[in-house]
Amino acid sequence: MSKILILGEHDGKTLNPSTHKCVTCAKAIAGAEITVLVLGADTAAVAAQAASIHGVHHVLRVDRPENAHPLAATFAPQIAALAPAYTHVFGPSTSFGKDLTPRVAALLGVPQVSDLMAVEGAHRFRRPIYAGNAIVTVEADAARILVATVRVASFEAAAATGGSAAVASRTLDVVLPTHTRYVGSRSGSTDRPDLQTAARVVSGGRALASAENFKLLYDLADKIGAAVGASRAAVDAGYAPNEMQVGQTGKIISPEVYIAFGISGAIQHLTGIKDARTIVAVNKDPEAPIFEVADLGLVGDLFQVVPEISRILGA
Amino acid sequence: MKKILVCIKRVVDYNVRVRVKPDESGVMLDGLKMSVNPFDEIALEEALRIKERGTNAEVVAVSIGVADTQQQLRTALAMGADRAILVQTDQPIEPLTAAQTILAVVRKENPDLVLLGKQAIDDDANQTGQMLAALWDRPQATYASKLELDGAKATVTREVDAGLETIEVDLPAVVSVDLRLNEPRYVKLPDIMKAKKKPLDVVSLESLGVAPAVWLKAVKTQPPAQRQKGVMVKDVAELVDALKKKGLI
Ligand SMILES: Cc1cc2nc3c(=O)[nH]c(=O)nc-3n(C[C@H](O)[C@H](O)[C@H](O)COP(=O)(O)OP(=O)(O)OC[C@H]3O[C@@H](n4cnc5c(N)ncnc54)[C@H](O)[C@@H]3O)c2cc1C
Ligand SMILES: Nc1ncnc2c1ncn2[C@@H]1O[C@H](COP(=O)(O)O)[C@@H](O)[C@H]1O
Repeated sequence: MSKILILGEHDGKTLNPSTHKCVTCAKAIAGAEITVLVLGADTAAVAAQAASIHGVHHVLRVDRPENAHPLAATFAPQIAALAPAYTHVFGPSTSFGKDLTPRVAALLGVPQVSDLMAVEGAHRFRRPIYAGNAIVTVEADAARILVATVRVASFEAAAATGGSAAVASRTLDVVLPTHTRYVGSRSGSTDRPDLQTAARVVSGGRALASAENFKLLYDLADKIGAAVGASRAAVDAGYAPNEMQVGQTGKIISPEVYIAFGISGAIQHLTGIKDARTIVAVNKDPEAPIFEVADLGLVGDLFQVVPEISRILGA
Repeated sequence: MKKILVCIKRVVDYNVRVRVKPDESGVMLDGLKMSVNPFDEIALEEALRIKERGTNAEVVAVSIGVADTQQQLRTALAMGADRAILVQTDQPIEPLTAAQTILAVVRKENPDLVLLGKQAIDDDANQTGQMLAALWDRPQATYASKLELDGAKATVTREVDAGLETIEVDLPAVVSVDLRLNEPRYVKLPDIMKAKKKPLDVVSLESLGVAPAVWLKAVKTQPPAQRQKGVMVKDVAELVDALKKKGLI
């Protein structure tokens, strides 16, 4: 039977929806027994959230002051100490999971499968390669612990309620390194929905031409309750902060609707939006590659189109 | 800072769109343009800037790959690396094996810093740096967009989902680089000539004591699901209408 350990992602207060998505992936493995692990300084609140996720059987808490910030160097040895009791260790394909899980795998001496997008068996999965231009089915050795990241855009979040897992606290006799220290962080947190989980995303490219002009998109986004994304070109040029980048090396997202303004549609960008239910593109070049994947396309100047949409939608 | 090791992977050029083989046994690579993984160029550029900032650190480029990988290592030498090491093999190299191999080189070279890309754009694994740091039992700073060195430690700004995070690591350390760390320089013709004279050692996996394992079996490789071609609307009113009908706004 598969015993799956999921590395819960949280900020100390709230469990990240990436955890719920990992649970859905784990549930796709027949008969899986699912444990969510939360490491932190005080994980009481997030452990309770994990325990109520539908489909979770157990929650493990490891609280210690060194766990206040998720540093791979300190988290990995603790996870590696717990892992041998499980057949699988899953982390989300977020910056938290991608940083952490390979370090766990190497400590265990096992390979990692990155970006699971579909489950075909307890040790057989599909994953994208070459920026999503090919999908490979891989089979891992069933005799080893399988460490993987779950491509969060490929799975719906498991329901946050309905579960009633038992929560257990663990103390681990693991010496933690001090060679890696958290200094600080800057997040451009806004009241807008989170890009990775938003149902609607409005996104802008190089054509926006300035940070100032991005306000056009923020206004539209606020009207329709959308998150705002950007192409790499827009981020590189300083029009938008890095956490807004969508694509192969930014965020891979799966909103109900993705509305791209002045984005050409480079393969690295398209990789990030392939799972959007509906793609809308507005570009002044009728030949722009983004129109090849758009469900709805409009050839036009975004500086006229965006204000006009806002106007039609009313104040 | 005496020595910096930079990992260079040979990959299909980022401008090339790969296609899968009709028999699903893999992707068609014959005749495709091969290049240095774009992130690795950024890693090398950062190493060169550290060197040029007056540390005069030796910059050593390392790659694991087929004999033709010498081309990418020559590019690295032309950019400014002092010497290169090719661990030559025809086997496919998975990240864990790559990390074990780089560790073997690290043990010989004792660098103060290992710089590599956050991900190779062929397999998009995003694993090797973290695995190397684990096996070496040293700090990792992934997705670096800023790197400041200060004696025996480094302060690294990392691109994370929520924004930017800063950590401090003791050296030696492994740093994997993100796109916005720097803009790599262009190689000039005289540098290409000079690079031909720089040392490029070719060694085998066996000589480093690494046995390449095929950890994961690729059962089949298929094209991604294609999206249906959509419709073009003529004006904004029609666009808003269509979105409303679908219940999307
Ligand atoms: C290793 C690697 C990784 C990468 N990762 C990513 C990634 O994660 N995400 C990403 O986005 N890119 C990524 N890129 C970059 C990618 O290749 C493209 O360069 C980038 O996506 C282009 O951004 P853009 O579409 O905004 O700009 P451009 O390609 O310059 O397109 C601008 C578009 O705007 C249109 N336009 C201009 N003016 C107007 C107007 N007034 N109204 C309407 N339309 C207008 C133009 O017709 C054009 O189509 C990566 C590249 C590499 C090498
Ligand atoms: N065969 C290889 N030779 C040299 N460097 C490699 C190799 N494989 C991976 N790397 C390095 O590790 C980084 C991350 O690769 P990956 O984990 O495969 O996504 C790359 O950007 C390279 O710097």
